[in-house]
Amino acid sequence: MSKTDSAIDAAETFKDRATTKQKVQTTLHNYPWLSSAAVLIVAVFVFSFGNENFLTTNNLSLILQQVAVIGAIAAGQTLIILTAGIDLSCGAIAIFASMVMAKTAFVNGWPGWAAFLLGIAVGTGAGAFNGWLITKVNLPPFIVTLGTFNVFSALTLFYATGRTIMDKELEPMFLYLGEPITIFSNFRITYGVLLVIVMYSILAFALRYTAWGRHVYAVGDDIEAARLAGIQVKRVLMSVYFSAGFIFAITSWIIIGRVGAASPNSGTNLNLDSITAVVIGGTSLFGGRGAIFGSLIGAVIVGVFRNGLTLAGVDLYYQTFAVGLLIITAVSIDQWIRKARV
Amino acid sequence: MSKSKAPVLEAKNLVKTYGRVIAIDGADLQLFPGEILAVVGDNGAGKSTMIKCLSGAEVPDGGSMELDGAPITFKRQKDSRDAGIETVYQTLAVSPALDIAANLFLGREVRKKGPLGVLLRMLDNSGMRKRAKEEITALGIGTIQNISQAVETLSGGQRQAVSVARAAAFGQKVIILDEPTAALGVKESGQVLKLIESLRQRGLSIILISHNMPQVFEVADRIHIQRLGKRVAVVTPKSHTMNEVVAVMTGALKLDVKDQTLGPVR
Repeated sequence: MSKTDSAIDAAETFKDRATTKQKVQTTLHNYPWLSSAAVLIVAVFVFSFGNENFLTTNNLSLILQQVAVIGAIAAGQTLIILTAGIDLSCGAIAIFASMVMAKTAFVNGWPGWAAFLLGIAVGTGAGAFNGWLITKVNLPPFIVTLGTFNVFSALTLFYATGRTIMDKELEPMFLYLGEPITIFSNFRITYGVLLVIVMYSILAFALRYTAWGRHVYAVGDDIEAARLAGIQVKRVLMSVYFSAGFIFAITSWIIIGRVGAASPNSGTNLNLDSITAVVIGGTSLFGGRGAIFGSLIGAVIVGVFRNGLTLAGVDLYYQTFAVGLLIITAVSIDQWIRKARV
Repeated sequence: MSKSKAPVLEAKNLVKTYGRVIAIDGADLQLFPGEILAVVGDNGAGKSTMIKCLSGAEVPDGGSMELDGAPITFKRQKDSRDAGIETVYQTLAVSPALDIAANLFLGREVRKKGPLGVLLRMLDNSGMRKRAKEEITALGIGTIQNISQAVETLSGGQRQAVSVARAAAFGQKVIILDEPTAALGVKESGQVLKLIESLRQRGLSIILISHNMPQVFEVADRIHIQRLGKRVAVVTPKSHTMNEVVAVMTGALKLDVKDQTLGPVR
């Protein structure tokens, strides 16, 4: 026993020899969301000087409501990116599902719940279709979802005949997630925001505390090693694309609540915005590394940047420019912390 | 030395072809309880293919396999694992970003007892860490201090040790090691050879595929020589020299059955 203790002591002293830079690197390596959390705090601090209205409960609740949709999509996108995949069709799936919900209720006269379930089924099915192409036809996720992005977008326009369904035409239950809940005085979140937080908590639990979550990381980390270790990698991948499809379908409900209408032309940038949130949140595009809550922080960072810069009177293209720099910085940090010694 | 011992794992007349290429052509293999059997052969002799058949990664086209005298057929890796055969692959099959305990239990995680495990499917992380620690300590891998260390932070020898520890933790009967020292330095190779020896002392039977003749002669009880998809001879480090083994491997020398060691030596 004493022998192992002394070995541990020796190792500890060796560990202490790490320079401050290495220590930072190691900590970030163990907690990949830390850097994004730090960026968020700094950003909030800086923007509070840009405009006195920034750090008001009113504005903060607005930011949360604005990022709910990206945050929700980013949850599904994180699952996929953790397996070293990518989904370009996520936004198209969500919009497709939202049009199915709205139109079957408004035009075909389905009861709200039935239209809702059909929308969820269509979205989940679309995700499963991606998964099928990736695992059974063995196509790369980028190509598959680039193709289905176009397919689902076209189907949406075709099905909706290009027509937006306005709030007065919608079933009341579809608008429910846009309703605010007052937390205190001016601080209000919508039911949509609440749902996003619940969704993230469930996913965080599943990824951290279940064998499935561990397998998701293992598959993204080294798919051949995972297979040889006895993990049924195709089943894991299929479950990921299926779950992501379900999440995108749920997001369609959040979108209708947020926009107050179902439009086939909205959400064209949801795919890239969700990838942005995931990357800024510290999840590696190469798979196997990252934390789900990082993506929520990532979505909030983008929201804070856009909101803060708007309040500071900065033009829209500079905002987009800033988001671009954020992405590059985030990926650089990811590359750097991969080299960490522990 | 008891001649009456039956083999723990036996393959008879295995055939495996890939299209027109005949990888193994009626190969036999006998592994006796508690022995270290080295499998040597030139490139293309069919060592790896035979091992893949034994570990369930490939399904042989012909021939039969027996484990403890009972016929076995493996359709996938899981079948061989369930039968008590563990394989340490040349690529190690460890997940770099996961920690040591997670890697040890990869693909066979243990859930918590009670409602948390049954309903929420929660993993018993502390239990798995504890067992992983015991396993690592039992193998005498002193250089690994922290069981929740990511595998990518380990040295090559330590990673190999994790992979071997995984096999040791779950192997009931046979452990197959494919070139376990190929990527390692001298000191690390020594560590792994020690590990192999300690596995044998636990009563496991070991198949060791290696190109490294000095190592083979250091640890093996018997040496199975494969050539052109067949077993051409089985010798012991005591009965023959390295040069003779190489000569048999390359076909320069043919050994009579009476000069071979087809029975158990332990």
